[in-house]
Amino acid sequence: MEVGPGHFLLAKLDDVARWAQSSSVWPLTMGLACCAIEMMSATAPEYDIGRLGSEVFRASPRQADLMIVSGRVAQKMAPVVKRLFDQMADPKWVISMGACASSGGVFDNYAIVQGVDTIIPVDVYVPGCPPTPDGLLYAVNLIQQQIREGGRGGLLART
Amino acid sequence: MSMTTSPLTPEIVSQDGNAMVLSMGPQHPSTHGVLQIMLEISGENIVKAEPEIGYLHTGIEKTAENLFWSQAQTVIERMDYLAPSSNAYCYCLAVEQLLGITDRIPERAKQIRVMQAELTRIASHCVWLGTHGIDLGALSAFFYCFDMREKILDLQEAAGGARMHPNYLRVGGVQADLPSGFMEQLDALIEMFPGRMRDLRKLLQANPILQDRLVDVGIMSQEEAQEWSITGPSLRATGIAYDVRRAFPYGGYEAYEFDVITRTEGDSYARFLVRLDEMEQSMRIVRQVRDALKPGPIAIDDTKVMPPPKETIALSMEALIHHFKIMTEGFRVPPGDVYQAVEGPRGELGYYVVSDGGNRPYRVRTRPPSLYNLQALKGLAPGNLIADLVVIIGSLDPVFGEVDR
Repeated sequence: MEVGPGHFLLAKLDDVARWAQSSSVWPLTMGLACCAIEMMSATAPEYDIGRLGSEVFRASPRQADLMIVSGRVAQKMAPVVKRLFDQMADPKWVISMGACASSGGVFDNYAIVQGVDTIIPVDVYVPGCPPTPDGLLYAVNLIQQQIREGGRGGLLART
Repeated sequence: MSMTTSPLTPEIVSQDGNAMVLSMGPQHPSTHGVLQIMLEISGENIVKAEPEIGYLHTGIEKTAENLFWSQAQTVIERMDYLAPSSNAYCYCLAVEQLLGITDRIPERAKQIRVMQAELTRIASHCVWLGTHGIDLGALSAFFYCFDMREKILDLQEAAGGARMHPNYLRVGGVQADLPSGFMEQLDALIEMFPGRMRDLRKLLQANPILQDRLVDVGIMSQEEAQEWSITGPSLRATGIAYDVRRAFPYGGYEAYEFDVITRTEGDSYARFLVRLDEMEQSMRIVRQVRDALKPGPIAIDDTKVMPPPKETIALSMEALIHHFKIMTEGFRVPPGDVYQAVEGPRGELGYYVVSDGGNRPYRVRTRPPSLYNLQALKGLAPGNLIADLVVIIGSLDPVFGEVDR
Protein backbone atom coordinates (compact mmCIF):
# COMPACT_ATOMS: atom_id res chain seq x y z
CA MET A 1 0.00 0.00 0.00
CA GLU A 2 1.17 3.55 -0.60
CA VAL A 3 -0.12 6.89 0.59
CA GLY A 4 -1.34 9.15 -2.22
CA PRO A 5 -0.97 12.96 -2.39
CA GLY A 6 -4.39 13.52 -0.80
CA HIS A 7 -5.92 11.57 2.07
CA PHE A 8 -6.26 8.24 0.34
CA LEU A 9 -4.42 4.96 0.05
CA LEU A 10 -3.64 3.02 -3.03
CA ALA A 11 -3.77 -0.73 -2.90
CA LYS A 12 -4.69 -3.72 -4.95
CA LEU A 13 -8.21 -4.96 -4.27
CA ASP A 14 -6.82 -8.46 -3.72
CA ASP A 15 -4.59 -7.27 -0.92
CA VAL A 16 -7.37 -5.34 0.79
CA ALA A 17 -9.75 -8.27 0.54
CA ARG A 18 -7.17 -10.70 1.87
CA TRP A 19 -6.28 -8.33 4.68
CA ALA A 20 -9.94 -8.07 5.66
CA GLN A 21 -10.45 -11.80 5.37
CA SER A 22 -7.39 -12.72 7.35
CA SER A 23 -8.48 -10.42 10.17
CA SER A 24 -11.83 -12.11 10.68
CA VAL A 25 -11.22 -15.82 10.74
CA TRP A 26 -14.20 -17.15 12.65
CA PRO A 27 -13.74 -20.55 14.26
CA LEU A 28 -16.41 -23.19 14.66
CA THR A 29 -17.59 -23.91 18.20
CA MET A 30 -16.53 -27.49 18.24
CA GLY A 31 -14.86 -28.84 21.35
CA LEU A 32 -13.82 -32.45 21.46
CA ALA A 33 -11.63 -33.07 24.50
CA CYS A 34 -8.88 -31.58 26.64
CA CYS A 35 -7.69 -29.23 23.90
CA ALA A 36 -11.14 -27.64 23.80
CA ILE A 37 -10.51 -26.30 27.29
CA GLU A 38 -7.25 -24.74 26.13
CA MET A 39 -9.14 -23.39 23.12
CA MET A 40 -11.52 -21.73 25.58
CA SER A 41 -8.54 -20.42 27.52
CA ALA A 42 -7.34 -18.81 24.30
CA THR A 43 -10.53 -16.75 24.23
CA ALA A 44 -10.14 -15.76 27.88
CA PRO A 45 -8.50 -12.48 28.97
CA GLU A 46 -4.98 -13.84 29.47
CA TYR A 47 -4.56 -14.83 25.82
CA ASP A 48 -7.48 -13.06 24.13
CA ILE A 49 -7.79 -14.52 20.65
CA GLY A 50 -9.90 -11.44 19.91
CA ARG A 51 -6.66 -9.62 19.15
CA LEU A 52 -6.50 -11.68 15.98
CA GLY A 53 -10.16 -11.11 15.12
CA SER A 54 -11.04 -14.71 15.84
CA GLU A 55 -13.07 -14.33 19.02
CA VAL A 56 -16.37 -14.89 17.24
CA PHE A 57 -16.91 -18.60 17.69
CA ARG A 58 -19.84 -19.66 15.55
CA ALA A 59 -22.05 -22.54 16.59
CA SER A 60 -23.19 -23.11 13.02
CA PRO A 61 -20.70 -24.53 10.52
CA ARG A 62 -22.37 -22.40 7.84
CA GLN A 63 -20.96 -19.26 9.44
CA ALA A 64 -17.51 -20.54 10.33
CA ASP A 65 -14.25 -20.19 8.39
CA LEU A 66 -11.98 -22.19 10.62
CA MET A 67 -12.36 -25.60 12.14
CA ILE A 68 -10.19 -26.17 15.19
CA VAL A 69 -10.11 -29.91 15.74
CA SER A 70 -9.48 -29.64 19.45
CA GLY A 71 -8.86 -33.06 20.84
CA ARG A 72 -9.00 -36.74 20.10
CA VAL A 73 -11.33 -37.79 17.31
CA ALA A 74 -13.09 -41.00 18.28
CA GLN A 75 -14.22 -43.41 15.57
CA LYS A 76 -17.81 -42.54 16.42
CA MET A 77 -17.13 -38.80 16.15
CA ALA A 78 -15.19 -38.98 12.89
CA PRO A 79 -18.24 -38.96 10.56
CA VAL A 80 -19.61 -36.00 12.51
CA VAL A 81 -16.37 -34.05 12.10
CA LYS A 82 -16.35 -34.87 8.40
CA ARG A 83 -19.95 -33.74 8.03
CA LEU A 84 -19.32 -30.52 9.89
CA PHE A 85 -16.33 -29.81 7.65
CA ASP A 86 -18.46 -30.47 4.57
CA GLN A 87 -21.14 -28.11 5.89
CA MET A 88 -18.69 -25.22 6.26
CA ALA A 89 -18.80 -22.79 3.38
CA ASP A 90 -15.70 -22.28 1.21
CA PRO A 91 -13.12 -20.93 1.79
CA LYS A 92 -12.30 -22.82 4.96
CA TRP A 93 -9.29 -23.79 6.99
CA VAL A 94 -8.52 -26.50 9.50
CA ILE A 95 -6.22 -26.45 12.52
CA SER A 96 -5.39 -29.80 14.00
CA MET A 97 -4.89 -28.91 17.62
CA GLY A 98 -2.84 -31.24 19.77
CA ALA A 99 -1.14 -34.58 19.45
CA CYS A 100 -4.36 -36.62 19.35
CA ALA A 101 -5.93 -34.74 16.47
CA SER A 102 -2.63 -34.69 14.59
CA SER A 103 -1.57 -38.30 14.97
CA GLY A 104 -3.65 -40.09 17.58
CA GLY A 105 -1.17 -39.03 20.26
CA VAL A 106 -0.84 -41.35 23.21
CA PHE A 107 -3.98 -43.18 22.14
CA ASP A 108 -2.67 -45.60 19.57
CA ASN A 109 -5.66 -47.90 19.89
CA TYR A 110 -8.91 -49.13 18.35
CA ALA A 111 -11.00 -46.16 19.44
CA ILE A 112 -9.18 -43.11 18.11
CA VAL A 113 -8.72 -41.92 14.53
CA GLN A 114 -4.95 -41.81 14.01
CA GLY A 115 -4.83 -38.23 12.81
CA VAL A 116 -7.76 -36.14 11.66
CA ASP A 117 -5.93 -35.56 8.36
CA THR A 118 -7.08 -39.03 7.38
CA ILE A 119 -10.60 -37.64 7.02
CA ILE A 120 -10.28 -33.89 6.35
CA PRO A 121 -7.48 -31.70 4.95
CA VAL A 122 -5.45 -29.95 7.62
CA ASP A 123 -3.66 -26.61 7.13
CA VAL A 124 -1.79 -26.20 10.40
CA TYR A 125 -0.81 -28.73 13.03
CA VAL A 126 -0.23 -27.62 16.60
CA PRO A 127 1.94 -29.92 18.72
CA GLY A 128 1.36 -30.40 22.42
CA CYS A 129 -0.81 -32.39 24.77
CA PRO A 130 -2.60 -30.12 25.07
CA PRO A 131 -0.89 -27.23 23.28
CA THR A 132 -0.76 -23.99 25.22
CA PRO A 133 -3.12 -21.25 24.09
CA ASP A 134 -0.03 -19.45 22.73
CA GLY A 135 0.42 -22.39 20.41
CA LEU A 136 -3.11 -22.04 19.14
CA LEU A 137 -2.67 -18.30 18.66
CA TYR A 138 0.45 -18.96 16.61
CA ALA A 139 -1.49 -21.45 14.49
CA VAL A 140 -4.17 -18.82 13.82
CA ASN A 141 -1.34 -16.45 12.89
CA LEU A 142 -0.06 -18.97 10.37
CA ILE A 143 -3.55 -19.32 8.90
CA GLN A 144 -3.71 -15.53 8.54
CA GLN A 145 -0.35 -15.57 6.84
CA GLN A 146 -1.58 -18.22 4.41
CA ILE A 147 -4.63 -16.11 3.59
CA ARG A 148 -2.58 -12.93 3.01
CA GLU A 149 -0.27 -14.82 0.70
CA GLY A 150 -3.29 -16.13 -1.19
CA GLY A 151 -2.55 -19.69 -0.19
CA ARG A 152 -4.81 -22.69 -0.31
CA GLY A 153 -8.45 -21.86 0.13
CA GLY A 154 -7.89 -18.09 0.05
CA LEU A 155 -10.64 -15.69 -0.99
CA LEU A 156 -9.55 -15.57 -4.60
CA ALA A 157 -8.36 -19.14 -4.84
CA ARG A 158 -11.41 -20.28 -6.76
CA THR A 159 -11.18 -17.65 -9.49
CA MET B 1 -33.23 -52.78 0.25
CA SER B 2 -30.77 -52.21 3.03
CA MET B 3 -30.09 -48.72 4.23
CA THR B 4 -26.52 -47.77 4.91
CA THR B 5 -26.26 -47.20 8.62
CA SER B 6 -25.01 -43.77 9.49
CA PRO B 7 -23.85 -43.03 13.01
CA LEU B 8 -25.62 -39.72 12.70
CA THR B 9 -29.26 -40.00 13.45
CA PRO B 10 -31.26 -37.92 10.99
CA GLU B 11 -32.33 -34.67 12.54
CA ILE B 12 -35.95 -35.53 12.20
CA VAL B 13 -36.74 -39.21 12.20
CA SER B 14 -40.45 -39.07 12.78
CA GLN B 15 -43.17 -36.51 12.76
CA ASP B 16 -46.37 -37.26 14.52
CA GLY B 17 -48.77 -34.37 14.93
CA ASN B 18 -47.09 -31.90 17.22
CA ALA B 19 -44.43 -34.27 18.48
CA MET B 20 -41.16 -34.62 16.69
CA VAL B 21 -37.77 -36.08 17.35
CA LEU B 22 -34.86 -33.71 17.33
CA SER B 23 -31.18 -34.46 17.69
CA MET B 24 -29.30 -32.07 19.94
CA GLY B 25 -25.56 -32.44 19.56
CA PRO B 26 -22.99 -33.93 19.32
CA GLN B 27 -21.72 -30.58 18.11
CA HIS B 28 -23.66 -28.10 20.17
CA PRO B 29 -22.30 -25.17 22.17
CA SER B 30 -24.31 -26.05 25.27
CA THR B 31 -23.89 -29.78 25.60
CA HIS B 32 -20.48 -29.28 27.27
CA GLY B 33 -18.72 -31.64 24.97
CA VAL B 34 -19.78 -34.30 22.56
CA LEU B 35 -23.13 -35.32 23.98
CA GLN B 36 -26.00 -36.12 21.70
CA ILE B 37 -29.50 -36.03 23.09
CA MET B 38 -32.38 -37.45 21.13
CA LEU B 39 -35.24 -35.21 22.12
CA GLU B 40 -38.86 -36.01 21.63
CA ILE B 41 -40.49 -32.62 21.72
CA SER B 42 -43.97 -31.24 21.51
CA GLY B 43 -43.49 -27.65 20.50
CA GLU B 44 -40.92 -26.34 22.95
CA ASN B 45 -41.69 -28.94 25.59
CA ILE B 46 -39.56 -31.99 26.08
CA VAL B 47 -41.51 -35.22 26.18
CA LYS B 48 -38.56 -37.55 26.31
CA ALA B 49 -34.79 -37.12 26.33
CA GLU B 50 -32.45 -39.94 25.45
CA PRO B 51 -28.75 -39.19 25.93
CA GLU B 52 -26.48 -40.81 23.38
CA ILE B 53 -22.90 -41.13 24.58
CA GLY B 54 -19.70 -42.58 23.20
CA TYR B 55 -18.63 -39.80 20.85
CA LEU B 56 -15.39 -39.47 22.78
CA HIS B 57 -14.73 -43.11 23.50
CA THR B 58 -10.96 -43.24 23.78
CA GLY B 59 -10.28 -46.74 25.06
CA ILE B 60 -8.31 -45.34 27.98
CA GLU B 61 -8.91 -48.30 30.27
CA LYS B 62 -7.72 -50.73 27.61
CA THR B 63 -4.72 -48.58 26.70
CA ALA B 64 -3.73 -48.44 30.37
CA GLU B 65 -3.40 -52.23 30.42
CA ASN B 66 -0.59 -52.02 27.88
CA LEU B 67 1.43 -49.42 29.77
CA PHE B 68 3.63 -49.59 32.85
CA TRP B 69 1.95 -48.70 36.12
CA SER B 70 3.54 -45.26 36.03
CA GLN B 71 2.87 -44.70 32.34
CA ALA B 72 -0.81 -45.60 32.72
CA GLN B 73 -1.20 -42.48 34.79
CA THR B 74 -0.54 -40.42 31.67
CA VAL B 75 -3.65 -41.65 29.91
CA ILE B 76 -5.65 -41.70 33.14
CA GLU B 77 -5.05 -37.97 33.63
CA ARG B 78 -6.67 -37.40 30.26
CA MET B 79 -9.91 -38.98 31.42
CA ASP B 80 -11.45 -36.13 33.35
CA TYR B 81 -9.54 -33.36 31.68
CA LEU B 82 -10.91 -30.65 33.95
CA ALA B 83 -9.47 -32.38 36.99
CA PRO B 84 -6.38 -34.32 35.89
CA SER B 85 -4.80 -34.25 39.33
CA SER B 86 -7.90 -35.76 40.97
CA ASN B 87 -7.67 -38.72 38.60
CA ALA B 88 -3.96 -39.10 39.18
CA TYR B 89 -4.51 -38.81 42.93
CA CYS B 90 -7.08 -41.58 43.00
CA TYR B 91 -5.04 -43.88 40.80
CA CYS B 92 -1.89 -43.31 42.86
CA LEU B 93 -3.74 -44.02 46.10
CA ALA B 94 -5.11 -47.24 44.63
CA VAL B 95 -1.73 -48.46 43.39
CA GLU B 96 -0.10 -47.49 46.67
CA GLN B 97 -2.63 -49.63 48.51
CA LEU B 98 -1.75 -52.59 46.31
CA LEU B 99 1.93 -51.97 46.93
CA GLY B 100 1.23 -51.67 50.65
CA ILE B 101 3.08 -48.37 50.96
CA THR B 102 0.14 -46.18 51.95
CA ASP B 103 1.54 -45.58 55.44
CA ARG B 104 5.01 -44.76 54.20
CA ILE B 105 4.11 -41.73 52.08
CA PRO B 106 5.92 -38.70 53.54
CA GLU B 107 3.84 -36.02 55.18
CA ARG B 108 4.92 -33.26 52.80
CA ALA B 109 3.93 -35.35 49.78
CA LYS B 110 0.49 -35.93 51.28
CA GLN B 111 0.05 -32.22 51.93
CA ILE B 112 1.12 -31.23 48.43
CA ARG B 113 -1.28 -33.78 46.97
CA VAL B 114 -4.21 -32.48 48.98
CA MET B 115 -3.34 -28.96 47.89
CA GLN B 116 -3.14 -29.98 44.22
CA ALA B 117 -6.43 -31.87 44.46
CA GLU B 118 -8.20 -28.88 45.96
CA LEU B 119 -6.67 -26.40 43.52
CA THR B 120 -7.82 -28.68 40.72
CA ARG B 121 -11.31 -28.67 42.16
CA ILE B 122 -11.39 -24.88 42.12
CA ALA B 123 -10.04 -24.80 38.55
CA SER B 124 -12.65 -27.33 37.47
CA HIS B 125 -15.47 -25.40 39.10
CA CYS B 126 -14.14 -22.25 37.38
CA VAL B 127 -14.66 -23.90 34.00
CA TRP B 128 -18.09 -25.14 35.07
CA LEU B 129 -19.15 -21.69 36.28
CA GLY B 130 -17.78 -19.93 33.22
CA THR B 131 -19.46 -22.25 30.73
CA HIS B 132 -22.67 -22.41 32.73
CA GLY B 133 -22.71 -18.62 32.58
CA ILE B 134 -22.20 -18.63 28.81
CA ASP B 135 -25.09 -21.08 28.41
CA LEU B 136 -27.31 -18.62 30.23
CA GLY B 137 -26.04 -15.59 28.35
CA ALA B 138 -23.89 -14.25 31.18
CA LEU B 139 -20.65 -13.93 29.27
CA SER B 140 -18.70 -11.79 31.72
CA ALA B 141 -18.59 -14.54 34.34
CA PHE B 142 -16.57 -16.60 31.88
CA PHE B 143 -13.81 -14.00 31.77
CA TYR B 144 -13.56 -13.74 35.55
CA CYS B 145 -13.59 -17.52 35.96
CA PHE B 146 -10.97 -18.24 33.35
CA ASP B 147 -8.77 -15.49 34.67
CA MET B 148 -8.79 -17.18 38.05
CA ARG B 149 -8.25 -20.57 36.46
CA GLU B 150 -5.17 -19.23 34.70
CA LYS B 151 -3.65 -18.42 38.06
CA ILE B 152 -4.22 -22.00 39.18
CA LEU B 153 -2.84 -23.40 35.95
CA ASP B 154 0.24 -21.23 36.45
CA LEU B 155 0.73 -22.95 39.80
CA GLN B 156 0.34 -26.37 38.22
CA GLU B 157 2.76 -25.43 35.49
CA ALA B 158 5.29 -24.23 38.05
CA ALA B 159 5.01 -27.47 40.01
CA GLY B 160 4.58 -30.09 37.32
CA GLY B 161 5.78 -28.42 34.14
CA ALA B 162 2.51 -28.51 32.20
CA ARG B 163 -0.63 -26.44 32.39
CA MET B 164 -3.31 -29.03 32.12
CA HIS B 165 -1.91 -32.53 32.54
CA PRO B 166 1.03 -31.96 34.87
CA ASN B 167 1.49 -35.64 35.84
CA TYR B 168 2.83 -34.20 39.05
CA LEU B 169 1.33 -36.67 41.51
CA ARG B 170 3.14 -39.99 41.35
CA VAL B 171 2.82 -43.39 42.91
CA GLY B 172 4.85 -42.94 46.08
CA GLY B 173 4.67 -39.18 46.38
CA VAL B 174 5.03 -36.30 43.99
CA GLN B 175 7.40 -35.87 41.09
CA ALA B 176 9.48 -32.98 42.45
CA ASP B 177 9.44 -30.51 45.28
CA LEU B 178 7.58 -27.26 44.92
CA PRO B 179 9.77 -24.80 43.02
CA SER B 180 11.03 -21.55 44.47
CA GLY B 181 8.51 -18.78 44.02
CA PHE B 182 5.60 -21.21 44.26
CA MET B 183 4.54 -20.06 47.70
CA GLU B 184 4.49 -16.41 46.63
CA GLN B 185 2.30 -17.31 43.65
CA LEU B 186 0.03 -19.35 45.90
CA ASP B 187 -0.22 -16.49 48.37
CA ALA B 188 -1.19 -14.14 45.55
CA LEU B 189 -3.97 -16.54 44.57
CA ILE B 190 -5.17 -16.91 48.15
CA GLU B 191 -5.16 -13.13 48.43
CA MET B 192 -7.12 -12.61 45.23
CA PHE B 193 -9.63 -15.42 45.73
CA PRO B 194 -12.16 -13.92 48.18
CA GLY B 195 -12.53 -10.74 46.15
CA ARG B 196 -12.99 -12.68 42.94
CA MET B 197 -15.62 -14.89 44.55
CA ARG B 198 -17.42 -11.80 45.79
CA ASP B 199 -17.41 -10.44 42.23
CA LEU B 200 -18.78 -13.70 40.86
CA ARG B 201 -21.49 -13.88 43.48
CA LYS B 202 -22.48 -10.31 42.74
CA LEU B 203 -22.53 -11.03 39.02
CA LEU B 204 -24.46 -14.26 39.17
CA GLN B 205 -25.86 -15.36 42.49
CA ALA B 206 -28.08 -12.36 43.12
CA ASN B 207 -28.85 -11.84 39.46
CA PRO B 208 -32.64 -12.05 38.98
CA ILE B 209 -32.29 -13.22 35.37
CA LEU B 210 -30.04 -16.06 36.44
CA GLN B 211 -32.40 -16.97 39.27
CA ASP B 212 -35.31 -17.06 36.85
CA ARG B 213 -33.42 -19.54 34.74
CA LEU B 214 -32.17 -21.77 37.55
CA VAL B 215 -34.64 -21.77 40.42
CA ASP B 216 -37.04 -24.74 40.37
CA VAL B 217 -35.54 -26.08 37.16
CA GLY B 218 -34.53 -29.73 37.13
CA ILE B 219 -35.59 -30.59 40.67
CA MET B 220 -34.07 -33.85 41.89
CA SER B 221 -35.46 -35.56 44.98
CA GLN B 222 -33.27 -37.43 47.44
CA GLU B 223 -34.82 -40.75 46.39
CA GLU B 224 -34.16 -40.08 42.71
CA ALA B 225 -30.61 -39.02 43.43
CA GLN B 226 -29.96 -42.25 45.33
CA GLU B 227 -31.60 -44.41 42.68
CA TRP B 228 -29.47 -42.83 39.98
CA SER B 229 -26.25 -43.12 42.06
CA ILE B 230 -25.69 -39.39 41.87
CA THR B 231 -22.68 -38.17 43.81
CA GLY B 232 -20.87 -34.90 44.34
CA PRO B 233 -22.41 -31.43 44.36
CA SER B 234 -25.55 -32.66 42.57
CA LEU B 235 -26.24 -35.12 45.40
CA ARG B 236 -25.41 -32.63 48.12
CA ALA B 237 -27.82 -30.16 46.55
CA THR B 238 -30.63 -32.57 47.46
CA GLY B 239 -29.61 -32.54 51.13
CA ILE B 240 -27.58 -35.73 51.44
CA ALA B 241 -24.24 -34.89 53.02
CA TYR B 242 -22.14 -37.52 51.29
CA ASP B 243 -18.60 -36.46 50.62
CA VAL B 244 -15.89 -39.09 50.16
CA ARG B 245 -13.41 -36.82 51.90
CA ARG B 246 -15.56 -37.00 55.03
CA ALA B 247 -17.15 -40.45 54.69
CA PHE B 248 -13.99 -42.39 53.77
CA PRO B 249 -11.07 -40.06 54.45
CA TYR B 250 -7.95 -40.67 52.41
CA GLY B 251 -4.54 -39.13 51.94
CA GLY B 252 -4.61 -37.10 55.15
CA TYR B 253 -7.92 -35.25 54.72
CA GLU B 254 -8.73 -35.98 58.37
CA ALA B 255 -6.31 -33.23 59.33
CA TYR B 256 -8.17 -30.43 57.61
CA GLU B 257 -11.28 -28.58 58.56
CA PHE B 258 -13.95 -28.06 55.96
CA ASP B 259 -17.73 -28.10 55.74
CA VAL B 260 -19.68 -30.51 53.59
CA ILE B 261 -21.98 -28.07 51.85
CA THR B 262 -25.56 -29.19 51.46
CA ARG B 263 -28.79 -27.60 50.38
CA THR B 264 -32.25 -29.05 50.36
CA GLU B 265 -33.95 -27.65 47.25
CA GLY B 266 -32.36 -30.06 44.75
CA ASP B 267 -32.87 -27.69 41.81
CA SER B 268 -30.32 -26.21 39.45
CA TYR B 269 -29.88 -23.16 41.63
CA ALA B 270 -29.08 -25.35 44.63
CA ARG B 271 -26.44 -27.19 42.61
CA PHE B 272 -25.06 -23.83 41.53
CA LEU B 273 -24.80 -22.57 45.11
CA VAL B 274 -23.30 -25.80 46.41
CA ARG B 275 -20.48 -25.57 43.88
CA LEU B 276 -19.83 -21.91 44.65
CA ASP B 277 -19.62 -22.68 48.37
CA GLU B 278 -17.42 -25.67 47.64
CA MET B 279 -14.89 -23.48 45.90
CA GLU B 280 -14.58 -21.49 49.10
CA GLN B 281 -14.24 -24.64 51.18
CA SER B 282 -11.51 -25.88 48.84
CA MET B 283 -9.63 -22.66 49.27
CA ARG B 284 -10.05 -23.06 53.02
CA ILE B 285 -8.29 -26.43 52.77
CA VAL B 286 -5.57 -24.94 50.55
CA ARG B 287 -4.95 -22.26 53.17
CA GLN B 288 -4.67 -24.88 55.91
CA VAL B 289 -2.25 -26.93 53.83
CA ARG B 290 -0.23 -23.84 53.08
CA ASP B 291 0.16 -23.13 56.78
CA ALA B 292 0.91 -26.75 57.65
CA LEU B 293 3.56 -27.32 54.95
CA LYS B 294 6.86 -28.36 56.48
CA PRO B 295 10.08 -29.11 54.64
CA GLY B 296 10.79 -32.78 54.20
CA PRO B 297 10.98 -35.59 51.66
CA ILE B 298 8.42 -35.43 48.85
CA ALA B 299 8.45 -39.09 47.83
CA ILE B 300 8.79 -42.47 49.39
CA ASP B 301 12.35 -43.60 50.03
CA ASP B 302 12.03 -46.86 48.15
CA THR B 303 14.01 -47.22 44.95
CA LYS B 304 11.84 -50.16 43.91
CA VAL B 305 8.94 -47.74 43.34
CA MET B 306 10.37 -44.26 42.99
CA PRO B 307 13.51 -43.72 40.87
CA PRO B 308 16.41 -42.41 42.96
CA PRO B 309 17.20 -38.69 42.69
CA LYS B 310 18.82 -37.82 39.40
CA GLU B 311 21.96 -36.37 40.99
CA THR B 312 22.80 -39.68 42.67
CA ILE B 313 22.94 -41.59 39.40
CA ALA B 314 26.43 -40.45 38.48
CA LEU B 315 27.71 -41.20 41.97
CA SER B 316 26.28 -44.57 42.85
CA MET B 317 26.15 -47.78 40.83
CA GLU B 318 23.16 -48.90 42.88
CA ALA B 319 21.22 -45.76 42.01
CA LEU B 320 22.04 -46.13 38.34
CA ILE B 321 20.76 -49.71 38.30
CA HIS B 322 17.52 -48.81 40.08
CA HIS B 323 16.96 -45.86 37.80
CA PHE B 324 17.56 -48.00 34.73
CA LYS B 325 15.26 -50.75 35.97
CA ILE B 326 12.37 -48.40 36.73
CA MET B 327 12.73 -46.50 33.48
CA THR B 328 12.93 -49.59 31.28
CA GLU B 329 10.56 -52.04 32.93
CA GLY B 330 8.65 -50.08 35.56
CA PHE B 331 7.89 -51.47 38.97
CA ARG B 332 5.99 -54.61 39.83
CA VAL B 333 2.86 -54.61 41.94
CA PRO B 334 1.83 -57.61 44.07
CA PRO B 335 -1.26 -59.47 42.81
CA GLY B 336 -4.55 -58.28 44.18
CA ASP B 337 -7.35 -55.85 43.60
CA VAL B 338 -8.43 -52.67 45.30
CA TYR B 339 -11.15 -50.04 45.00
CA GLN B 340 -10.16 -46.53 45.91
CA ALA B 341 -12.43 -43.51 45.72
CA VAL B 342 -11.74 -39.81 46.06
CA GLU B 343 -14.06 -36.84 46.00
CA GLY B 344 -13.51 -35.41 42.53
CA PRO B 345 -15.02 -32.11 41.48
CA ARG B 346 -18.00 -33.99 40.04
CA GLY B 347 -18.48 -36.59 42.75
CA GLU B 348 -17.17 -39.95 43.79
CA LEU B 349 -14.33 -40.75 41.47
CA GLY B 350 -13.26 -44.33 41.92
CA TYR B 351 -10.64 -46.66 40.54
CA TYR B 352 -10.87 -50.41 40.76
CA VAL B 353 -7.37 -51.62 40.01
CA VAL B 354 -6.41 -55.26 39.52
CA SER B 355 -2.84 -56.50 39.43
CA ASP B 356 -1.61 -59.91 38.36
CA GLY B 357 1.81 -59.26 39.80
CA GLY B 358 3.28 -57.80 36.64
CA ASN B 359 4.67 -54.42 35.71
CA ARG B 360 1.47 -53.43 33.93
CA PRO B 361 -2.05 -53.10 35.35
CA TYR B 362 -4.24 -56.13 34.64
CA ARG B 363 -7.35 -53.97 34.74
CA VAL B 364 -8.08 -50.35 35.56
CA ARG B 365 -11.80 -49.82 35.95
CA THR B 366 -13.02 -46.30 36.54
CA ARG B 367 -16.10 -45.12 38.31
CA PRO B 368 -16.54 -41.80 36.56
CA PRO B 369 -18.95 -39.56 38.46
CA SER B 370 -20.07 -37.79 35.28
CA LEU B 371 -21.42 -40.98 33.73
CA TYR B 372 -23.61 -41.69 36.73
CA ASN B 373 -24.67 -38.08 37.14
CA LEU B 374 -25.64 -37.90 33.49
CA GLN B 375 -28.26 -40.60 34.10
CA ALA B 376 -30.32 -37.96 35.84
CA LEU B 377 -30.78 -36.13 32.55
CA LYS B 378 -33.29 -38.69 31.33
CA GLY B 379 -35.44 -38.20 34.39
CA LEU B 380 -35.03 -34.46 34.83
CA ALA B 381 -35.56 -33.25 31.28
CA PRO B 382 -39.16 -34.31 30.46
CA GLY B 383 -41.68 -31.56 31.13
CA ASN B 384 -39.13 -28.79 30.75
CA LEU B 385 -38.45 -26.46 27.87
CA ILE B 386 -35.48 -27.01 25.56
CA ALA B 387 -33.87 -23.91 27.06
CA ASP B 388 -34.12 -25.51 30.49
CA LEU B 389 -32.40 -28.64 29.24
CA VAL B 390 -29.30 -26.52 28.64
CA VAL B 391 -29.51 -25.39 32.25
CA ILE B 392 -29.90 -28.95 33.51
CA ILE B 393 -26.90 -30.23 31.54
CA GLY B 394 -24.82 -27.32 32.79
CA SER B 395 -25.85 -27.85 36.39
CA LEU B 396 -24.95 -31.55 36.25
CA ASP B 397 -21.49 -30.57 34.96
CA PRO B 398 -20.61 -33.65 32.90
CA VAL B 399 -17.16 -34.07 31.35
CA PHE B 400 -17.22 -36.31 28.35
CA GLY B 401 -13.66 -37.48 28.51
CA GLU B 402 -14.76 -39.18 31.67
CA VAL B 403 -18.21 -40.32 30.54
CA ASP B 404 -16.96 -42.05 27.40
CA ARG B 405 -13.40 -42.80 28.55
